[in-house]
Amino acid sequence: MSAKPLRYYRDTYIRSQPSTFCVGCGNGTILNCFVRAIDELGIPKDNVLCVSGIGCSAWIPSPNFNGDTLHTTHGRALAFATGAKVFNSDLVTTVFTGDGDGAGIGGNHLVHAARRNINITTILVNNMSYAMTGGQIAPTTQHGETTVTSPYGNPESPFDLVKLVSAAGATYVARWSTNNVVELTRSIKEGIENEGFSFIEVLSQCPTQQRRIFNIRDVVHRLPRRVLEVIEESTYVRGRPVWENVRYAVPKGSPDDMKAAIDSMALPEVESKLVVRFDAGRVVKVVGEEGFDWGTVEALESVERLLGPNEGKMELGVFVREERPEFTESLRGIIRKAGGE
Amino acid sequence: MKPGRHLALGNEACAEAAIRAGCRFFAGYPITPANEISHYMAVNMPKSGGYFLQMEDEIASIAAVIGASWAGAKAMTATSGPGYSLMQENIGYAHMTETPCVVVDVQRSGPSTGQATLPSQQDIFQARYGSHGDYEVIALSPWSVQEMFDLTVRAFNLAERFRTPVMLMADGMIGHMKEKLVVPEYVETIERRGPTRPDTTPFGTDDPSLVPEMPLFGAGHKLLVTGSTHRPTGVRDYAPEYHQMKVNRIREKILRAEEEISDSISVDIDDAEVAVVSFGASARPCYEAVKRAREEGRKAGFLRLRTLWPLPEGLISDLADQVSALMVVEMNVGKLVREVERVACGRAEVVSLSKIGGVMPSVYEVLKTIRGVL
Repeated sequence: MSAKPLRYYRDTYIRSQPSTFCVGCGNGTILNCFVRAIDELGIPKDNVLCVSGIGCSAWIPSPNFNGDTLHTTHGRALAFATGAKVFNSDLVTTVFTGDGDGAGIGGNHLVHAARRNINITTILVNNMSYAMTGGQIAPTTQHGETTVTSPYGNPESPFDLVKLVSAAGATYVARWSTNNVVELTRSIKEGIENEGFSFIEVLSQCPTQQRRIFNIRDVVHRLPRRVLEVIEESTYVRGRPVWENVRYAVPKGSPDDMKAAIDSMALPEVESKLVVRFDAGRVVKVVGEEGFDWGTVEALESVERLLGPNEGKMELGVFVREERPEFTESLRGIIRKAGGE
Repeated sequence: MKPGRHLALGNEACAEAAIRAGCRFFAGYPITPANEISHYMAVNMPKSGGYFLQMEDEIASIAAVIGASWAGAKAMTATSGPGYSLMQENIGYAHMTETPCVVVDVQRSGPSTGQATLPSQQDIFQARYGSHGDYEVIALSPWSVQEMFDLTVRAFNLAERFRTPVMLMADGMIGHMKEKLVVPEYVETIERRGPTRPDTTPFGTDDPSLVPEMPLFGAGHKLLVTGSTHRPTGVRDYAPEYHQMKVNRIREKILRAEEEISDSISVDIDDAEVAVVSFGASARPCYEAVKRAREEGRKAGFLRLRTLWPLPEGLISDLADQVSALMVVEMNVGKLVREVERVACGRAEVVSLSKIGGVMPSVYEVLKTIRGVL
């Protein structure tokens, strides 16, 4: 990453006005990574078009990005962007969407844009809920999760968007979280440079809604960090060394009682901590010294089972880099074939 | 199609006219009875250096059209009833963002799938009120293959002139009919007004037309285009005064130009005692019926609307003062007749001849109704 001062990015790329985002929202981080990416690529701002749909993610570029923005209807950003990109393929077109916007109401456009391999970079901000409208279940909400529209637990299971979009034919697919700003910035650059459909999912914190969804009890100013901890504990980066001496103890009953039981064993080589994971809920993270016999913890009455270091976690990283005919180039080929140049 | 006389399909006349009017972007989704527009575009658009896209649905089609318009294209989509219903939200977006584009609805018989292959005129209120919110719409209604051509050209010119989506309300009868078409050597086109200064406000103007200049993407205008209520600069602002300013202006720019937009054909109307009012395919038997009524010595006249919206209220109002009966003939359960009743306001008897089922009213049916009131 370059060492330009924050002020430079603000003055060059950001439309000056009060931020509409909640304190601690992940959107600012994503905007920051995006403007750094286009700056590092040296793309003139006038060539950039940001298209977005409806939801908090849509407000990342509109009105914050001080360039051309098209803030469209719910879920349809990719279809709008397709028209603009086809007619003016010089536009470096980036779509900002959310999990509800992009994978729920706009899911059809997402898979078809990937299938066409149109040269658009899509940044999908995943906060696992419809956050702007009040925290309802989204197609990315975990099974069993409690929200305002799943008060008895979510009866649905979430999409794995990386698998979905990979299967649909995207030629660059990555997933990061707002914890991984360096990797995310690099992926946005790679996505823009990819001559085809690039999809970058970003797991992002929403302190306003996720406090309820993940059942985090803390003061407001600590919430963003707490949600990021949830994301951190629920993910691992593909290809990085596995931290072998970690287990996650899933409780039979109360997680607090289980932690007390683990602590009462007074094992000097073990540290335990209550953490929240979006796949497993409140669990106790147990870090043991090398060679520790996990059977002693597993044998406890209050422990349902132990999860391995990365078991059940969501994988982050770059998943697809491929080459396939790009849509707008194919359209220009058709015009040449028809003699319309 | 070369300039000159052709035996042409209505839908093909529409597509050819679009290309001649400067359309260089078409996005659509297969639907009967509008398919031939797509087929013709797929063959001929690339020959003119333009883009033909088959999208994943009608929602995406109109969305792509709007995106392309902001990238500088004269753009069009074509569909029929079910697809037209799907497009409504984004048509509202086009109204709110003042995006020039043309939407062709080759109307078929509904509700729902209905009679997929058969014509109707059931979507005329959907054209007027289909999207949520308040707006005025321009909707044209062709009655022949030639008018499929002529009114498509006009639709593009009106869209560019007023920076608004324009509806071409064709029907399965006109779209699927082959008839004489004269393709002119040259069609007159109107281009959208681009920015005359760098700080132009894309959503506000002092111009008496109330139509703002339209900057395009990629030209350094830092455009904020949003369907949310916005200030003249494009900045989102939900304040009541900005919403009132916006909605009043986009309505007023159409209403103010009603005289320029309005287009109708009158036959034998000057001394008429009964006026037959119709549009599109259903106007064809009316024309013949009025001629025969005249032969029978009945003072019948004929008013054919080529613009449905804005409704030529002044014209209908004057007629209500003149005639004893206004007879509205249409292929739906009686939609335009409500508007005519509203405008006539009791000054003349208003008679409805409505026909559904995917069939045209016959000359005899119209004539019989004329005899009934005269």
